[in-house]
Amino acid sequence: MAKVLIIGGGGAGLVSALSAHEAGAQVIVMTKTLPTRSQTSMAQGGMNAVLGGEDSIANHMADTLKSSAGLGNESQIAFLCENGPDAVRWCNTMGLPFSRDASGEIARRRLGGASAPRACYAQDYTGLKLLHTLYDQCLKAGITFMNERFLLNIIVDEETNCALGATCLNILTGEVEEIRADSVILATGGYGALYGKHSTNSVGSTGDGIAAAIRAGARLADLEFIQFHPTALKSSSILISESARGAGGYLVDEQGDRFTDELAARDVVARAIHDEIIKSGGVYLDIRHLGEEFINHELPQERKLARLYEGIDPVSDLIPIKPAAHYSMGGIEVNDECMTSVSGLFAVGECANHKTHGANRLGGNSLLELVVFGRHCGKFAAQYGVKKPSSVVENAQLSKDTNFVHGVMYFTNQIDFYEKQEMLANIFYNNVGLVREEMGLQTVLDAIGKMHKELPLMGPKDKSKICNTNLVEFVEFGNKLELAEIIVISAINRSESRGAHYRGDVPTRNDAMFGAHTITWKEDGALCTDFLL
Amino acid sequence: MTILVKRSHEEVPQAYEVDFENVTLLTILNHLKTKVDSTLTYSQGCRSGVCGSCAVRVNGHEVLMCEYKPTDGDLVEPMRNASVIRDLVVESSAVENFNRVAKAWSEESREGNVSEEAMSWIETQSDCILCTACYSACPVYAVNPDFIGPFALTRVWRYVSDPRQNQSDAKITAIQTNGIWDCTLCGECIPVCPQGIAPKQDITMLRTKSAMLGYKDPNMNFGSGLDFGSPMF
Repeated sequence: MAKVLIIGGGGAGLVSALSAHEAGAQVIVMTKTLPTRSQTSMAQGGMNAVLGGEDSIANHMADTLKSSAGLGNESQIAFLCENGPDAVRWCNTMGLPFSRDASGEIARRRLGGASAPRACYAQDYTGLKLLHTLYDQCLKAGITFMNERFLLNIIVDEETNCALGATCLNILTGEVEEIRADSVILATGGYGALYGKHSTNSVGSTGDGIAAAIRAGARLADLEFIQFHPTALKSSSILISESARGAGGYLVDEQGDRFTDELAARDVVARAIHDEIIKSGGVYLDIRHLGEEFINHELPQERKLARLYEGIDPVSDLIPIKPAAHYSMGGIEVNDECMTSVSGLFAVGECANHKTHGANRLGGNSLLELVVFGRHCGKFAAQYGVKKPSSVVENAQLSKDTNFVHGVMYFTNQIDFYEKQEMLANIFYNNVGLVREEMGLQTVLDAIGKMHKELPLMGPKDKSKICNTNLVEFVEFGNKLELAEIIVISAINRSESRGAHYRGDVPTRNDAMFGAHTITWKEDGALCTDFLL
Repeated sequence: MTILVKRSHEEVPQAYEVDFENVTLLTILNHLKTKVDSTLTYSQGCRSGVCGSCAVRVNGHEVLMCEYKPTDGDLVEPMRNASVIRDLVVESSAVENFNRVAKAWSEESREGNVSEEAMSWIETQSDCILCTACYSACPVYAVNPDFIGPFALTRVWRYVSDPRQNQSDAKITAIQTNGIWDCTLCGECIPVCPQGIAPKQDITMLRTKSAMLGYKDPNMNFGSGLDFGSPMF
């Protein structure tokens, strides 16, 4: 029986767990918190699937391809959209409590960039209810969970370039552990938390799996593409779902006038808001005309969060908003079987780049992606494990990482890493955000280089072995910094504007030179980069 | 204002002076952790009330730190009914254990149309974020540590009353021992739920359903002395 180690307990991890289990594998899910605490719980809008009516799969493909701005792969997008209806039905048979329309069919709503109402939803709790339904099914299947394990590194046999497992810090005990497996799936989510208080993401979305992947020799693709959600609450960056606009909400300026098409693709709307904030000082979401009853039923979470974090009631007040970092289109490069460039190392969901979102993701396509590709990935990882069971070879990763965790406690703490982390988030939002320019990007790159050098002068202040979240946050900061460098270099190299990557100094798209993926990898510790189709 | 935090290495709560108004407790703790005391230990995630990571007790009542705005002198303590790992972080295996014991999952859900109204039966119950506030507030654990408890029983009711479920009788069987009859119906679980769920009511519904399937409340047996059905020799 193949042993499959899945790192990450969010939607992508749990779907692959069920799929690998169904394919006959022994499955272990390792997560840095508890599965139900994952980022997936925060997804609100819905899951795209064509369930008949006047919509068609061809339309779903065309919308996705258009939004991807030339970086979406047609066959991957076709696979995603064609499997949409089956993915939604599969979730329904597991018990996901979808909202219903008047006829009793799964209800769908229109999100930005979609030519039809296509996002199947469960109120504004689609991600939460999907995640919990999956978790319940994993318990039913008897899947083993190893919670509160923080991924350190992938164990790779250098001679064969095969993944042998992973090392992790057991957060509760402080011990470094090794888990061996026949195949490893990374389902660790995106890197939105790099933007700190300017991100809608959970504090845990620190890109740990992507950073571990490039250290393990895997290739990454398109890290410069980060989606900014148009409507986050102004003071806290907490997400207000696109469904608020899908239902007819307006975006208005300081004078209360509309200034853009609310349902254009996210990159377009987010930039329009960005420009308007610079011009007039503030932008608001207006859903007052939708009425209290509708808001209570369809957008209960939004109302609660706006009251709590902005002190206003959307039923009677305008909601102050700003764009915030929301989704990582870039990620670990995978083939059509979800395998990375390291044998036996798979990646799925937001941490992977399945080339379905390209330069800009459509709302409702990320939950769909994690279900469709999760099922696909789990199956292939199980099959790989049967074909190529990993041999018990000596490997130094565990002792290296044990030494690292021991040694990091002796870092000198002359510089406060939390301060640097906040600074990184701010300079990223301002210079690697919605509008980028080479000068600003270079400045950020210099700052990152300096922070890299200063890492040994930082370190955790807390010296406890038991449950040292200060240590975990420091290592997360290291991962953020590792990815920050790659993001900025990729953004400098891509001297054009496309989708979510908008260069104020080069505002046009240049297919001749940049109609390709930014591929990055490391050779002997040095970062290499290229544009490849 | 002063915020008192129960630390695991000290008997007396630690007092922190902070200069904030109208912000969440989580915002304050994040300020303390990053600027004042890096050893202060707690869990957090989404900061928007859906991941269930940051539940603690304030002045004896369970709250989510990301939804609670503190006032001067508040005492913050870890959740009850679970051993403390460090400061406000508690051992979390109850979620997995009790949901497994209760078989709190869908057995098989049929396809086809379902009315909006029928789906609304399980809308609130499926809002659960597994923050374990109800579990911490439940007094039954003082006498029965194996009690399946409020969150898992609400979850069972959520699946039993799902209009798409084909078979739910086995679920009712799974919650007879250490389950629905062990609840004292005190209702402590209701006000603490950040999602407005009422586990006590769901447990009452499960009792009714169990009675319909022929299960009896084991506490209603008053002993052999009142057995009038057969002559006693």
